Amino acid sequence: MDIERLRRIDRRWIFLLMAAGVWIPLLFRPVITVKPSPIVAAIFEKIESLPEGSKVLLSFDYGPSTVPENQPMAEAIARHVLHRRLKLYMDAAWATGQAQAEQCIESVIRTDFEDRVYGEDWVHLGYKAGNQGMINAILGGIRNLYTTDVAGKSVDEIPMMRDVQGLRDMSLIVDIGSGLPGVKEWIQFAGDPGNIPVAGGVTAVEALLLYPYYPRQLLGLMGGLQGAAEYEAALVEKYPEYLTDSKALTIMGPQYVAHLLIVVLIVLGNVAFFAQKRRDDRTRKGRAG
Amino acid sequence: MRRQIPLLITFFVGSMLVLAMFIPHEPFSASNDELSVWFDIIASFAFILGGGNLLRVHGDKIYRRRRDWIYSVVTLAGFFVMLAAGIVSGARAQGNAMSAGSLFAFLYDAAYAPMTSTMFSLLAFFVASASYRAFRAKTREATVLLVAAFIILVGRTPVGYYLTAWIPPPLEFLEIPNLFGWILAYPNTAGQRAIMIGIALGIISTSLRLILGIERSHFSGD
Repeated sequence: MDIERLRRIDRRWIFLLMAAGVWIPLLFRPVITVKPSPIVAAIFEKIESLPEGSKVLLSFDYGPSTVPENQPMAEAIARHVLHRRLKLYMDAAWATGQAQAEQCIESVIRTDFEDRVYGEDWVHLGYKAGNQGMINAILGGIRNLYTTDVAGKSVDEIPMMRDVQGLRDMSLIVDIGSGLPGVKEWIQFAGDPGNIPVAGGVTAVEALLLYPYYPRQLLGLMGGLQGAAEYEAALVEKYPEYLTDSKALTIMGPQYVAHLLIVVLIVLGNVAFFAQKRRDDRTRKGRAG
Repeated sequence: MRRQIPLLITFFVGSMLVLAMFIPHEPFSASNDELSVWFDIIASFAFILGGGNLLRVHGDKIYRRRRDWIYSVVTLAGFFVMLAAGIVSGARAQGNAMSAGSLFAFLYDAAYAPMTSTMFSLLAFFVASASYRAFRAKTREATVLLVAAFIILVGRTPVGYYLTAWIPPPLEFLEIPNLFGWILAYPNTAGQRAIMIGIALGIISTSLRLILGIERSHFSGD
Protein backbone atom coordinates (compact mmCIF):
# COMPACT_ATOMS: atom_id res chain seq x y z
CA MET A 1 0.00 0.00 0.00
CA ASP A 2 1.22 3.48 -0.82
CA ILE A 3 1.72 5.00 2.64
CA GLU A 4 2.03 8.52 1.25
CA ARG A 5 -1.42 8.26 -0.37
CA LEU A 6 -2.88 6.84 2.80
CA ARG A 7 -1.35 9.67 4.82
CA ARG A 8 -2.65 12.39 2.54
CA ILE A 9 -6.13 10.98 1.97
CA ASP A 10 -8.64 13.68 1.02
CA ARG A 11 -10.89 14.29 4.00
CA ARG A 12 -13.93 14.33 1.70
CA TRP A 13 -13.53 10.53 1.36
CA ILE A 14 -13.76 10.29 5.14
CA PHE A 15 -16.90 12.46 5.11
CA LEU A 16 -18.39 10.21 2.42
CA LEU A 17 -17.57 7.07 4.42
CA MET A 18 -19.20 8.55 7.52
CA ALA A 19 -22.31 9.52 5.56
CA ALA A 20 -22.55 5.99 4.12
CA GLY A 21 -21.91 4.52 7.58
CA VAL A 22 -24.94 6.38 8.92
CA TRP A 23 -27.27 6.12 5.93
CA ILE A 24 -26.92 2.41 5.15
CA PRO A 25 -27.89 1.14 8.63
CA LEU A 26 -30.73 3.67 8.66
CA LEU A 27 -32.05 2.16 5.43
CA PHE A 28 -31.73 -1.48 6.51
CA ARG A 29 -32.53 -0.93 10.21
CA PRO A 30 -30.63 -3.91 11.66
CA VAL A 31 -31.99 -5.39 14.87
CA ILE A 32 -29.61 -4.50 17.69
CA THR A 33 -29.64 -6.49 20.91
CA VAL A 34 -28.98 -4.30 23.93
CA LYS A 35 -28.70 -5.43 27.54
CA PRO A 36 -29.47 -2.87 30.28
CA SER A 37 -26.39 -2.03 32.33
CA PRO A 38 -26.74 -1.76 36.15
CA ILE A 39 -26.60 2.06 36.06
CA VAL A 40 -29.60 2.19 33.67
CA ALA A 41 -31.45 -0.76 35.22
CA ALA A 42 -31.38 1.11 38.57
CA ILE A 43 -33.74 3.79 37.14
CA PHE A 44 -36.06 1.16 35.66
CA GLU A 45 -36.19 -0.78 38.94
CA LYS A 46 -36.88 2.39 40.93
CA ILE A 47 -39.89 3.29 38.75
CA GLU A 48 -41.07 -0.31 38.95
CA SER A 49 -40.87 -0.21 42.74
CA LEU A 50 -42.88 3.01 43.22
CA PRO A 51 -46.46 2.49 44.45
CA GLU A 52 -49.31 3.57 42.17
CA GLY A 53 -49.98 7.31 42.42
CA SER A 54 -46.39 8.22 43.36
CA LYS A 55 -45.18 11.55 42.00
CA VAL A 56 -42.41 11.67 39.41
CA LEU A 57 -40.96 14.93 38.09
CA LEU A 58 -39.55 14.75 34.57
CA SER A 59 -37.47 17.80 33.66
CA PHE A 60 -36.68 18.61 30.03
CA ASP A 61 -33.34 20.41 30.01
CA TYR A 62 -32.15 20.12 26.44
CA GLY A 63 -32.78 21.43 22.95
CA PRO A 64 -33.22 20.09 19.43
CA SER A 65 -29.48 19.59 18.86
CA THR A 66 -29.40 16.60 21.23
CA VAL A 67 -32.87 15.24 20.46
CA PRO A 68 -31.61 11.92 18.99
CA GLU A 69 -29.97 11.11 22.33
CA ASN A 70 -32.30 12.81 24.83
CA GLN A 71 -35.80 12.50 23.37
CA PRO A 72 -35.94 8.66 23.41
CA MET A 73 -34.89 8.77 27.10
CA ALA A 74 -37.64 11.25 28.01
CA GLU A 75 -40.26 9.33 26.05
CA ALA A 76 -39.27 5.97 27.55
CA ILE A 77 -39.46 7.42 31.08
CA ALA A 78 -42.83 9.12 30.40
CA ARG A 79 -44.20 5.90 28.92
CA HIS A 80 -43.00 3.84 31.86
CA VAL A 81 -44.32 6.31 34.46
CA LEU A 82 -47.77 6.50 32.86
CA HIS A 83 -47.94 2.75 32.27
CA ARG A 84 -47.33 2.20 36.00
CA ARG A 85 -50.07 4.76 36.80
CA LEU A 86 -47.70 7.14 38.56
CA LYS A 87 -48.32 10.91 38.48
CA LEU A 88 -46.17 12.62 35.85
CA TYR A 89 -45.07 16.23 36.43
CA MET A 90 -43.20 17.85 33.55
CA ASP A 91 -41.14 21.05 33.70
CA ALA A 92 -38.18 22.64 31.92
CA ALA A 93 -35.14 24.54 33.15
CA TRP A 94 -34.14 25.18 29.52
CA ALA A 95 -36.20 27.47 27.29
CA THR A 96 -36.06 24.87 24.52
CA GLY A 97 -37.09 22.13 26.94
CA GLN A 98 -40.72 23.23 26.89
CA ALA A 99 -40.95 22.41 23.19
CA GLN A 100 -39.35 19.01 23.77
CA ALA A 101 -41.93 18.31 26.49
CA GLU A 102 -44.69 19.18 23.99
CA GLN A 103 -43.18 16.69 21.53
CA CYS A 104 -43.13 14.05 24.27
CA ILE A 105 -46.80 14.76 25.04
CA GLU A 106 -47.69 14.36 21.35
CA SER A 107 -45.75 11.17 20.76
CA VAL A 108 -46.35 9.41 24.09
CA ILE A 109 -49.38 10.70 25.99
CA ARG A 110 -51.67 11.61 23.07
CA THR A 111 -50.67 8.43 21.22
CA ASP A 112 -50.44 5.66 23.84
CA PHE A 113 -52.20 7.07 26.91
CA GLU A 114 -55.24 8.95 25.63
CA ASP A 115 -57.25 7.77 28.64
CA ARG A 116 -54.98 9.61 31.09
CA VAL A 117 -56.50 12.87 32.28
CA TYR A 118 -54.59 16.15 32.20
CA GLY A 119 -54.31 17.56 35.72
CA GLU A 120 -55.04 14.22 37.34
CA ASP A 121 -52.47 11.88 35.79
CA TRP A 122 -50.04 14.30 34.17
CA VAL A 123 -49.30 17.99 34.12
CA HIS A 124 -47.02 20.25 32.10
CA LEU A 125 -45.67 23.16 34.12
CA GLY A 126 -43.50 24.61 31.36
CA TYR A 127 -40.27 26.58 31.47
CA LYS A 128 -39.04 28.98 34.12
CA ALA A 129 -35.86 31.06 33.91
CA GLY A 130 -33.16 31.02 36.57
CA ASN A 131 -31.26 27.78 35.91
CA GLN A 132 -30.16 26.31 39.26
CA GLY A 133 -31.83 29.28 40.98
CA MET A 134 -35.13 27.96 39.67
CA ILE A 135 -34.45 24.50 41.14
CA ASN A 136 -33.46 26.09 44.47
CA ALA A 137 -36.62 28.21 44.51
CA ILE A 138 -39.06 25.33 43.87
CA LEU A 139 -37.40 22.95 46.33
CA GLY A 140 -39.21 24.55 49.27
CA GLY A 141 -42.28 25.77 47.44
CA ILE A 142 -43.25 24.94 43.87
CA ARG A 143 -45.64 27.92 43.89
CA ASN A 144 -42.66 30.25 44.45
CA LEU A 145 -42.32 30.15 40.65
CA TYR A 146 -45.03 27.92 39.21
CA THR A 147 -48.29 29.71 39.95
CA THR A 148 -49.78 28.40 36.69
CA ASP A 149 -49.24 25.49 34.34
CA VAL A 150 -47.92 25.96 30.81
CA ALA A 151 -51.34 27.03 29.53
CA GLY A 152 -51.84 29.67 32.22
CA LYS A 153 -54.20 27.63 34.42
CA SER A 154 -53.72 28.26 38.14
CA VAL A 155 -51.90 25.34 39.79
CA ASP A 156 -54.43 25.49 42.64
CA GLU A 157 -57.12 24.46 40.15
CA ILE A 158 -55.12 21.39 39.06
CA PRO A 159 -56.09 18.35 41.19
CA MET A 160 -52.66 16.65 41.15
CA MET A 161 -50.97 19.90 42.28
CA ARG A 162 -53.10 20.33 45.41
CA ASP A 163 -50.96 18.09 47.63
CA VAL A 164 -47.67 19.30 46.18
CA GLN A 165 -45.89 21.93 48.24
CA GLY A 166 -42.36 21.58 46.89
CA LEU A 167 -39.95 19.16 45.30
CA ARG A 168 -39.75 17.17 48.55
CA ASP A 169 -43.20 15.78 47.70
CA MET A 170 -41.77 14.04 44.65
CA SER A 171 -40.86 10.36 44.94
CA LEU A 172 -38.38 10.67 42.10
CA ILE A 173 -36.85 13.38 39.92
CA VAL A 174 -35.67 12.40 36.46
CA ASP A 175 -33.72 15.06 34.62
CA ILE A 176 -33.08 14.64 30.92
CA GLY A 177 -30.38 17.16 30.11
CA SER A 178 -27.48 18.08 27.93
CA GLY A 179 -25.68 20.88 29.76
CA LEU A 180 -26.19 23.53 32.39
CA PRO A 181 -28.52 23.39 34.24
CA GLY A 182 -28.75 19.63 34.10
CA VAL A 183 -28.47 16.51 36.18
CA LYS A 184 -25.61 17.90 38.28
CA GLU A 185 -27.68 20.95 39.30
CA TRP A 186 -30.73 18.81 40.12
CA ILE A 187 -28.51 16.72 42.42
CA GLN A 188 -26.88 19.75 44.05
CA PHE A 189 -29.98 21.92 44.50
CA ALA A 190 -32.80 19.37 44.87
CA GLY A 191 -31.58 15.80 45.43
CA ASP A 192 -28.99 16.42 48.15
CA PRO A 193 -30.67 19.19 50.19
CA GLY A 194 -34.16 17.68 49.83
CA ASN A 195 -33.13 14.03 50.16
CA ILE A 196 -35.02 13.23 46.93
CA PRO A 197 -33.88 10.41 44.62
CA VAL A 198 -32.52 11.89 41.39
CA ALA A 199 -31.94 9.97 38.16
CA GLY A 200 -30.73 11.35 34.88
CA GLY A 201 -30.35 10.98 31.17
CA VAL A 202 -27.62 12.91 29.38
CA THR A 203 -25.58 12.96 26.19
CA ALA A 204 -22.72 10.44 25.95
CA VAL A 205 -20.15 13.24 26.29
CA GLU A 206 -21.65 14.50 29.54
CA ALA A 207 -22.22 11.07 31.10
CA LEU A 208 -18.55 10.73 32.05
CA LEU A 209 -18.78 13.88 34.19
CA LEU A 210 -21.60 12.42 36.29
CA TYR A 211 -20.08 9.10 37.31
CA PRO A 212 -18.66 10.58 40.56
CA TYR A 213 -22.26 11.07 41.79
CA TYR A 214 -23.30 7.47 41.16
CA PRO A 215 -24.70 5.60 43.09
CA ARG A 216 -25.04 7.61 46.34
CA GLN A 217 -26.28 10.94 44.99
CA LEU A 218 -27.41 9.79 41.57
CA LEU A 219 -29.76 6.82 41.51
CA GLY A 220 -29.04 5.90 37.90
CA LEU A 221 -27.92 7.39 34.62
CA MET A 222 -28.70 6.94 30.94
CA GLY A 223 -25.62 7.95 28.96
CA GLY A 224 -26.18 8.86 25.33
CA LEU A 225 -28.10 6.84 22.79
CA GLN A 226 -26.74 3.64 24.32
CA GLY A 227 -28.30 4.56 27.68
CA ALA A 228 -31.62 5.36 26.01
CA ALA A 229 -31.55 2.05 24.12
CA GLU A 230 -30.74 0.17 27.32
CA TYR A 231 -33.76 1.74 29.05
CA GLU A 232 -35.98 0.91 26.08
CA ALA A 233 -34.65 -2.66 26.14
CA ALA A 234 -35.58 -2.98 29.83
CA LEU A 235 -39.03 -1.53 29.10
CA VAL A 236 -39.63 -3.82 26.12
CA GLU A 237 -38.45 -6.87 28.05
CA LYS A 238 -41.12 -6.26 30.69
CA TYR A 239 -43.78 -4.67 28.47
CA PRO A 240 -43.32 -6.06 24.90
CA GLU A 241 -46.18 -3.88 23.57
CA TYR A 242 -43.76 -0.92 23.49
CA LEU A 243 -41.34 -2.55 21.02
CA THR A 244 -42.56 -0.46 18.08
CA ASP A 245 -42.10 2.77 20.09
CA SER A 246 -38.40 2.11 20.73
CA LYS A 247 -36.68 4.96 18.89
CA ALA A 248 -33.23 4.54 20.42
CA LEU A 249 -33.05 0.82 19.62
CA THR A 250 -33.87 1.69 16.00
CA ILE A 251 -31.08 4.25 15.62
CA MET A 252 -28.39 2.34 17.50
CA GLY A 253 -27.29 0.71 14.21
CA PRO A 254 -25.95 3.93 12.63
CA GLN A 255 -24.18 4.85 15.87
CA TYR A 256 -22.46 1.47 16.12
CA VAL A 257 -21.26 1.72 12.53
CA ALA A 258 -20.08 5.32 13.07
CA HIS A 259 -18.15 4.29 16.19
CA LEU A 260 -16.53 1.38 14.38
CA LEU A 261 -15.64 3.61 11.45
CA ILE A 262 -13.90 6.03 13.82
CA VAL A 263 -11.96 3.12 15.37
CA VAL A 264 -10.89 1.94 11.90
CA LEU A 265 -9.84 5.49 10.98
CA ILE A 266 -7.79 5.84 14.17
CA VAL A 267 -6.03 2.54 13.42
CA LEU A 268 -5.39 3.51 9.77
CA GLY A 269 -4.15 6.95 10.78
CA ASN A 270 -1.66 5.38 13.20
CA VAL A 271 -0.52 2.78 10.66
CA ALA A 272 0.24 5.63 8.24
CA PHE A 273 1.94 7.61 11.00
CA PHE A 274 4.25 4.78 12.11
CA ALA A 275 5.06 3.74 8.53
CA GLN A 276 6.07 7.33 7.75
CA LYS A 277 8.13 7.49 10.95
CA ARG A 278 9.97 4.27 10.04
CA ARG A 279 10.67 5.59 6.58
CA ASP A 280 12.00 8.88 7.96
CA ASP A 281 14.23 7.00 10.46
CA ARG A 282 15.66 4.86 7.66
CA THR A 283 16.36 7.92 5.50
CA ARG A 284 18.07 9.65 8.44
CA LYS A 285 20.22 6.56 9.16
CA GLY A 286 21.05 6.25 5.47
CA ARG A 287 22.28 9.84 5.36
CA ALA A 288 24.29 9.37 8.59
CA GLY A 289 25.82 6.15 7.18
CA MET B 1 -21.55 55.28 47.78
CA ARG B 2 -21.81 53.82 44.28
CA ARG B 3 -19.40 51.12 45.40
CA GLN B 4 -20.18 50.78 49.08
CA ILE B 5 -23.90 50.00 48.66
CA PRO B 6 -23.41 47.13 46.15
CA LEU B 7 -20.59 45.80 48.35
CA LEU B 8 -22.87 45.85 51.39
CA ILE B 9 -25.69 44.14 49.47
CA THR B 10 -23.26 41.45 48.24
CA PHE B 11 -21.93 40.91 51.77
CA PHE B 12 -25.41 40.74 53.30
CA VAL B 13 -26.97 38.43 50.68
CA GLY B 14 -23.87 36.23 50.37
CA SER B 15 -23.53 35.76 54.13
CA MET B 16 -27.26 35.12 54.49
CA LEU B 17 -27.22 32.36 51.84
CA VAL B 18 -24.13 30.71 53.33
CA LEU B 19 -25.78 30.72 56.76
CA ALA B 20 -29.03 29.38 55.28
CA MET B 21 -27.10 26.39 53.94
CA PHE B 22 -25.79 25.47 57.39
CA ILE B 23 -28.81 26.62 59.46
CA PRO B 24 -31.91 25.37 57.61
CA HIS B 25 -34.32 27.04 60.08
CA GLU B 26 -36.24 30.33 60.28
CA PRO B 27 -35.47 33.05 59.39
CA PHE B 28 -32.64 31.73 57.19
CA SER B 29 -34.60 29.08 55.25
CA ALA B 30 -37.39 31.54 54.35
CA SER B 31 -34.85 34.16 53.25
CA ASN B 32 -33.14 31.52 51.09
CA ASP B 33 -36.46 30.80 49.31
CA GLU B 34 -37.21 34.50 48.96
CA LEU B 35 -33.77 35.38 47.58
CA SER B 36 -33.94 32.46 45.13
CA VAL B 37 -37.18 33.89 43.72
CA TRP B 38 -35.55 37.33 43.44
CA PHE B 39 -32.67 35.71 41.59
CA ASP B 40 -35.07 34.06 39.15
CA ILE B 41 -36.85 37.36 38.51
CA ILE B 42 -33.52 39.07 37.83
CA ALA B 43 -32.47 36.13 35.61
CA SER B 44 -35.55 36.75 33.43
CA PHE B 45 -34.15 40.20 32.62
CA ALA B 46 -31.12 38.49 31.10
CA PHE B 47 -33.32 37.73 28.07
CA ILE B 48 -33.88 41.45 27.53
CA LEU B 49 -30.17 42.14 27.98
CA GLY B 50 -29.32 39.31 25.59
CA GLY B 51 -31.74 40.56 22.96
CA GLY B 52 -30.48 44.13 23.37
CA ASN B 53 -26.89 43.02 23.02
CA LEU B 54 -27.70 41.01 19.89
CA LEU B 55 -29.34 44.09 18.34
CA ARG B 56 -26.43 46.34 19.29
CA VAL B 57 -23.67 44.05 17.97
CA HIS B 58 -25.36 43.06 14.71
CA GLY B 59 -26.98 46.48 14.16
CA ASP B 60 -23.56 48.10 14.40
CA LYS B 61 -22.09 45.52 11.98
CA ILE B 62 -24.83 46.23 9.41
CA TYR B 63 -24.59 50.03 9.86
CA ARG B 64 -20.82 50.01 9.26
CA ARG B 65 -21.06 47.43 6.44
CA ARG B 66 -18.40 45.29 8.13
CA ARG B 67 -17.21 42.01 6.59
CA ASP B 68 -20.03 39.41 6.26
CA TRP B 69 -22.62 41.98 7.39
CA ILE B 70 -25.24 40.20 5.32
CA TYR B 71 -25.20 37.32 7.85
CA SER B 72 -26.08 39.84 10.56
CA VAL B 73 -29.16 40.80 8.52
CA VAL B 74 -30.18 37.12 8.48
CA THR B 75 -29.55 36.87 12.26
CA LEU B 76 -31.68 39.91 13.04
CA ALA B 77 -34.42 38.83 10.62
CA GLY B 78 -34.54 35.42 12.33
CA PHE B 79 -34.61 37.12 15.75
CA PHE B 80 -37.51 39.42 14.89
CA VAL B 81 -39.54 36.71 13.10
CA MET B 82 -39.23 34.29 16.06
CA LEU B 83 -39.92 37.09 18.56
CA ALA B 84 -43.06 38.20 16.72
CA ALA B 85 -44.25 34.60 16.26
CA GLY B 86 -43.62 33.91 19.96
CA ILE B 87 -45.54 36.98 21.11
CA VAL B 88 -48.50 36.34 18.77
CA SER B 89 -48.66 32.59 19.52
CA GLY B 90 -48.20 33.16 23.25
CA ALA B 91 -50.97 35.77 23.34
CA ARG B 92 -53.35 33.38 21.59
CA ALA B 93 -52.65 30.43 23.93
CA GLN B 94 -52.39 32.08 27.38
CA GLY B 95 -48.60 32.17 27.29
CA ASN B 96 -47.90 28.73 25.82
CA ALA B 97 -46.31 29.77 22.53
CA MET B 98 -45.46 26.13 21.83
CA SER B 99 -49.10 24.96 21.85
CA ALA B 100 -49.91 22.55 19.03
CA GLY B 101 -50.56 24.25 15.70
CA SER B 102 -49.15 27.65 16.69
CA LEU B 103 -46.94 29.66 14.32
CA PHE B 104 -44.10 29.61 16.85
CA ALA B 105 -44.32 25.81 17.17
CA PHE B 106 -44.28 25.53 13.37
CA LEU B 107 -41.17 27.73 13.07
CA TYR B 108 -39.49 25.87 15.93
CA ASP B 109 -40.17 22.45 14.40
CA ALA B 110 -39.65 23.38 10.75
CA ALA B 111 -36.69 25.79 10.99
CA TYR B 112 -34.97 26.01 14.38
CA ALA B 113 -34.90 22.28 15.22
CA PRO B 114 -33.55 21.08 11.82
CA MET B 115 -30.93 23.85 11.73
CA THR B 116 -29.52 23.16 15.20
CA SER B 117 -29.65 19.41 14.57
CA THR B 118 -27.74 19.91 11.31
CA MET B 119 -25.03 21.95 13.04
CA PHE B 120 -24.67 19.30 15.76
CA SER B 121 -24.66 16.45 13.22
CA LEU B 122 -21.71 17.99 11.41
CA LEU B 123 -19.63 17.01 14.43
CA ALA B 124 -19.75 13.37 13.29
CA PHE B 125 -17.87 14.28 10.10
CA PHE B 126 -15.28 16.45 11.82
CA VAL B 127 -14.71 13.88 14.59
CA ALA B 128 -14.17 11.20 11.92
CA SER B 129 -11.68 13.40 10.06
CA ALA B 130 -9.89 14.44 13.27
CA SER B 131 -9.68 10.84 14.50
CA TYR B 132 -7.78 9.97 11.32
CA ARG B 133 -5.45 12.98 11.30
CA ALA B 134 -4.86 13.93 14.91
CA PHE B 135 -5.41 10.92 17.15
CA ARG B 136 -1.91 9.46 16.99
CA ALA B 137 0.35 7.65 19.43
CA LYS B 138 3.09 10.27 19.23
CA THR B 139 4.00 10.15 22.93
CA ARG B 140 3.51 7.76 25.84
CA GLU B 141 0.65 9.91 27.21
CA ALA B 142 -1.02 10.07 23.81
CA THR B 143 -0.76 6.26 23.55
CA VAL B 144 -2.52 5.78 26.91
CA LEU B 145 -5.27 8.17 25.76
CA LEU B 146 -5.55 6.35 22.45
CA VAL B 147 -5.85 2.92 24.05
CA ALA B 148 -8.52 4.23 26.49
CA ALA B 149 -10.45 5.86 23.63
CA PHE B 150 -10.24 2.63 21.62
CA ILE B 151 -11.65 0.58 24.52
CA ILE B 152 -14.44 3.11 25.18
CA LEU B 153 -15.45 3.34 21.52
CA VAL B 154 -15.35 -0.40 20.87
CA GLY B 155 -16.83 -1.14 24.31
CA ARG B 156 -19.98 0.75 23.40
CA THR B 157 -20.61 -1.52 20.40
CA PRO B 158 -21.47 -5.25 20.25
CA VAL B 159 -18.13 -5.73 18.46
CA GLY B 160 -16.41 -5.07 21.79
CA TYR B 161 -18.11 -8.11 23.25
CA TYR B 162 -17.44 -10.40 20.28
CA LEU B 163 -13.77 -9.38 19.98
CA THR B 164 -12.94 -10.68 23.45
CA ALA B 165 -15.66 -13.28 24.04
CA TRP B 166 -13.06 -16.06 23.68
CA ILE B 167 -11.17 -14.97 26.81
CA PRO B 168 -11.39 -17.74 29.50
CA PRO B 169 -13.43 -16.92 32.65
CA PRO B 170 -10.39 -16.42 34.98
CA LEU B 171 -9.27 -13.57 32.71
CA GLU B 172 -12.71 -12.12 31.97
CA PHE B 173 -11.66 -8.78 33.46
CA LEU B 174 -9.74 -8.34 30.19
CA GLU B 175 -12.91 -8.49 28.10
CA ILE B 176 -13.50 -5.12 26.42
CA PRO B 177 -16.93 -4.45 28.04
CA ASN B 178 -15.35 -5.08 31.48
CA LEU B 179 -12.37 -2.85 30.69
CA PHE B 180 -14.85 -0.21 29.47
CA GLY B 181 -16.71 -0.34 32.80
CA TRP B 182 -13.45 -0.26 34.76
CA ILE B 183 -12.19 2.85 32.92
CA LEU B 184 -15.46 4.67 33.59
CA ALA B 185 -15.75 3.60 37.23
CA TYR B 186 -12.16 4.13 38.38
CA PRO B 187 -9.73 6.30 36.34
CA ASN B 188 -12.55 8.47 34.97
CA THR B 189 -14.32 8.90 38.33
CA ALA B 190 -11.05 9.59 40.16
CA GLY B 191 -10.05 12.22 37.58
CA GLN B 192 -13.50 13.81 37.56
CA ARG B 193 -13.60 13.97 41.36
CA ALA B 194 -10.17 15.61 41.47
CA ILE B 195 -11.30 18.21 38.93
CA MET B 196 -14.59 18.79 40.78
CA ILE B 197 -12.89 19.27 44.14
CA GLY B 198 -10.42 21.70 42.54
CA ILE B 199 -13.26 23.67 40.92
CA ALA B 200 -15.24 23.69 44.19
CA LEU B 201 -12.25 25.10 46.10
CA GLY B 202 -11.84 27.74 43.41
CA ILE B 203 -15.53 28.69 43.63
CA ILE B 204 -15.33 28.93 47.44
CA SER B 205 -12.30 31.21 47.34
CA THR B 206 -13.79 33.43 44.60
CA SER B 207 -17.12 33.62 46.45
CA LEU B 208 -15.40 34.58 49.69
CA ARG B 209 -13.42 37.29 47.88
CA LEU B 210 -16.70 38.65 46.43
CA ILE B 211 -18.59 38.49 49.75
CA LEU B 212 -15.76 40.18 51.64
CA GLY B 213 -15.33 42.84 48.98
CA ILE B 214 -11.75 41.87 48.08
CA GLU B 215 -12.70 41.03 44.49
CA ARG B 216 -14.08 44.19 42.85
CA SER B 217 -13.34 43.64 39.17
CA HIS B 218 -17.08 43.30 38.40
CA PHE B 219 -17.58 46.99 39.26
CA SER B 220 -17.42 49.18 36.17
CA GLY B 221 -14.81 46.98 34.56
CA ASP B 222 -11.85 48.05 36.74
